[in-house]
Amino acid sequence: MDALLEIRNLRKDFAFGSLLSRLRITAVDDVSFDVMPAEIFALAGESGCGKTTTARLILGFEEPTSGSIRHKGDENGRPKKREKVWFTQGVQAIFQNPFETFNPLRRVERYLFETVRNYGLTKNGTKADKLIDEMLKAVGLRLEEVSGRYPSEFSGGQLQRISIARSLLTNPSLLIADEPVSMVDASIRMSIVNLFRQLRDELGVSVIYITHDLATAYYVCDRIAIMFRGHVVEMGGVENVLMAPKHPYTKLLRESIPEADPKKRWKESVSLTDIEHEEYLRKGCRFAGRCPKVMDVCRENVPPEFTVDGVLVKCFLYDEELMTQTKRSEVPDDAE
Amino acid sequence: MNGVMPSTVLRAEQLKAFYILDAFGTEKIVKAVNGVSVQIRENEVYGIAGESGCGKTTLLKALYSAIEPPLRLMGGRVFYVRDGEEIDVYSLSKEEKRRLRWEYISYVPQGSMSVLNPVKKLKDSYSDFLESHVAGKTRRDTLAIARRHLHELGLPPKVLDAYPHQLSGGMRQRVTIALAALLGPRIMIADEPTTALDVVVQRGVIQLFKSIQESLKNTIVLVTHDMGVHANVADRIGIMYAGVMIEESTVERVFEEPLHPYTQYLINSLPKFGDKSVRESAPGSPPSLANLPSGCPFHPRCPHAMDVCLQEMPEVVDVGENHRVACWLVEGGGDGRAA
Repeated sequence: MDALLEIRNLRKDFAFGSLLSRLRITAVDDVSFDVMPAEIFALAGESGCGKTTTARLILGFEEPTSGSIRHKGDENGRPKKREKVWFTQGVQAIFQNPFETFNPLRRVERYLFETVRNYGLTKNGTKADKLIDEMLKAVGLRLEEVSGRYPSEFSGGQLQRISIARSLLTNPSLLIADEPVSMVDASIRMSIVNLFRQLRDELGVSVIYITHDLATAYYVCDRIAIMFRGHVVEMGGVENVLMAPKHPYTKLLRESIPEADPKKRWKESVSLTDIEHEEYLRKGCRFAGRCPKVMDVCRENVPPEFTVDGVLVKCFLYDEELMTQTKRSEVPDDAE
Repeated sequence: MNGVMPSTVLRAEQLKAFYILDAFGTEKIVKAVNGVSVQIRENEVYGIAGESGCGKTTLLKALYSAIEPPLRLMGGRVFYVRDGEEIDVYSLSKEEKRRLRWEYISYVPQGSMSVLNPVKKLKDSYSDFLESHVAGKTRRDTLAIARRHLHELGLPPKVLDAYPHQLSGGMRQRVTIALAALLGPRIMIADEPTTALDVVVQRGVIQLFKSIQESLKNTIVLVTHDMGVHANVADRIGIMYAGVMIEESTVERVFEEPLHPYTQYLINSLPKFGDKSVRESAPGSPPSLANLPSGCPFHPRCPHAMDVCLQEMPEVVDVGENHRVACWLVEGGGDGRAA
């Protein structure tokens, strides 16, 4: 099956500071992945790991420094306006904070009608009503409930549903959801997450689900990529990556999630970084400063990708040649 | 109400705190804390859980007696137990309250990583704070105290020479928590201390609370909506819904045997690793505190709602040791109904 979205060697640099002391930070560094049709793909990691920047690059809000993004085989390089409309029709976004998505002084349904008009979906008023009602029904709402009301009259969960219904109007093949449930109340969070599953199964929509919450990612996703300081450090099926993490960073992340089970309390303590910039500017593996299994080679070189049990891992621990060498050189030391 | 248990350190009786808003001539009453009774014990971590807008933060403000308009105390009392004596907090003068603060009870408000003065180095914030509470110390002494304190908590003392913006969010949060623990308070109240932090940093903050509690043997009242955090640190949990405490028990019982239908939804909807079965959220959404439904506030969403639920709020009843529930379904909850 052909990939719906192909991302190759994506890179984005940001410059910081004054003209004299300029700091270049690579927010997204050599990121490649595919999204298949009818698949929920998670981009997970902590804040500042580059997951949102990746989403913004895909959506065309930022220009990549280098690399390519292909949607259904067509490149979203430097698109002209008409191409951009074609692209955004197929790729729609859902943002984190539903209260900020909508202008508080505009009625909510205007966003829905505006989308219909901007994409030229239909010129007929009753047809537009019907289309919007259909999409709202797909997320468990009705047009009568929504029309004439302002964002403040809805709960966060309802607004997020309206936001999803709006994105579905253009009949997209891919939704990019940036932390869609982090601002939604716990008791209704799962209903939104279940909606993504339902959209995948019933409409065949793919979703790039960006999150820091690995437990919901595990629940909803098919494949997952773990990002750390701009790199994808581990990528593969969600079962493999989260139930048997390979990269030391994924292990740390996985262990640090407070599980909703009083029997699984933490016993060991963790070390934290004080300064994020240092990790971005690090020469070799960016996790080397905190990694419990750090080797000399990690401080100097960026690890290449290794495939272990169908999972991509960016870590020298899985370089068999190197590991046998180090073992051989270590053995005599131990013997002495 | 039961008598004072020997180990109780903070007690609230039928606490009611409402926001009274005057919107275009019509009075709007937001019943944020609507009759909460709670006893918090010495040397425990007491977690308060609930969704946003259920009155968690307002309850903390009422317990800390930091009530300012438009919030008003409508009824109930709060007692602190200090050296075996009960103090009615709302009968104290402003100066007496000030003296209790930080030395007896300290409060880490929500978003506390932004409380530090951005144009002052941390050591200035620390010594300002110490000078106003510890008399007769020179600046050098206060700095030495601050340095030793940070060192004991495993934080690098060099942060004292930094400005707040030079530290990461997690570091700032930990420095603020360390500040709140500086005078060895018997009670520390923390409002969402781990929200907006990354998981690894969150773990560091929880670690810090644990080490503070171990060294001071004090009480920590921790408010968060994250049930995972509660499962990890709390000894007992109170679940709040629409301004009332609907269930309270030990952390093990709340997670294994939740009795209130809302708690059941809350616990069962949590995603778990290694289990991909479909999770259901509670139907509907939480009520507005300005417009509460009659009777039990959960009845419009409750699958087991009965006639009585629509009319009367159930009393909080004891079901077994250390377990209190406010629900008509629970045995004993019908007390007074037959009469």
